[in-house]
Amino acid sequence: MLDVAFSASVKTVKRHIGLSLVDINSGQGRMADFLRENEAKLLDRWSEIVFAAARGRASADEVRAELADLYGLVVRAVSGADELAMGELRAALATLSRSRARSGFSPSETALAVFSLKDTVYEFVADTAAMVPEYLAFARTVDDLGLSTFETYAAAREEIIKQQAEAMLELSTPVVQLWDRIIAVPLVGTLDSARTQLVMEKMLEALVANGATHAVIDITGVATVDTEVAQHLLKTVMAARLLGAQCIICGIRPQIAHTIVSLGIEFGDITTKATLAGALEHALRGSGLKVGPA
Amino acid sequence: MERVPILKIGPTLFVSIQIDLQDQSVVQLQEDLAEELVATRATGVIIDITAVEIVDSFIGRMLATIGSISRLFDAETVLVGMRPAVAITLVELGLSLDGVRTALDADQGLRMLNGHS
Repeated sequence: MLDVAFSASVKTVKRHIGLSLVDINSGQGRMADFLRENEAKLLDRWSEIVFAAARGRASADEVRAELADLYGLVVRAVSGADELAMGELRAALATLSRSRARSGFSPSETALAVFSLKDTVYEFVADTAAMVPEYLAFARTVDDLGLSTFETYAAAREEIIKQQAEAMLELSTPVVQLWDRIIAVPLVGTLDSARTQLVMEKMLEALVANGATHAVIDITGVATVDTEVAQHLLKTVMAARLLGAQCIICGIRPQIAHTIVSLGIEFGDITTKATLAGALEHALRGSGLKVGPA
Repeated sequence: MERVPILKIGPTLFVSIQIDLQDQSVVQLQEDLAEELVATRATGVIIDITAVEIVDSFIGRMLATIGSISRLFDAETVLVGMRPAVAITLVELGLSLDGVRTALDADQGLRMLNGHS
């Protein structure tokens, strides 16, 4: 009994959805005509709203040109005659939202550019009751487009963040030559596994390239040292040792020294020096050079 | 089976590994080296692994074993020419090769042995 009732209700729902879809599709033709007829007026109003929201980050002409392209595509897509139009429209919106993401617009500002088309059209159809179903269908299409703009915006933002993180990673691991056969690796920021890997690779490559026998690891810029960071440092030192180079760790700040001792971290037989100068002196001595007054 | 040649340069034995190491050739190398150490009474062994691009735990252990064998004959082992990628692999495998000294290249390795003796 229950099954029958359920399947019957499902059918009703289906019929209902089917009906509303038909309604929407039939309404779109008239909406397309409406959009085509009032193009100049609608476009003016739309540009006005979007330009106001841009707050000087884009010129009125730019906004107008951008929206004119979109408007043409929207009309083509809404009329339903052109199958490719919807795809082109989405692509154009994707380009728009990507460029907005890069020039620092907020997500809502970006989506507003699309959603404001609804407001614009509403202002013109509000008086004509006959256009309301068409308007609703049109609003739904615009909502869809707005959402996809939003998604592209988020994806573009994420991409930017990823690029920046990579750039920062590259920037934050310089290897400098202090002396013949002595290199230094000033570490800044936090040491996680990914960074350690990068630091290790860069340092070992520099060791080989310079034929270095000593590597000074300066951790003045490392914010915190816990057991994990210490483990990473030890690994780096170990790898350098396998290449035949000696590592000297320097720049341990007083608070960090305290933490290291409290945590019971052992640096074993790794040489540690208070300052970079001390480390350099140790490395120079280790290379058989004498440091002293001239 | 390919054999790794052992060259004698002064008081030092020079082993350059330029083949893909199989388990059998590694064992053979250890035996050959022990024999050479006795025959030549060498005081140092240089193992050049510049050409070795891939290591696993077995080869890592083999290098450590060679170090231990040489020490029994009072010869010091220096491992030279390790590639950065190989070093990272060994560290990740937890092999620090404590009993073996290392140098960047054969030149520095020889200098290290000469300074020692």
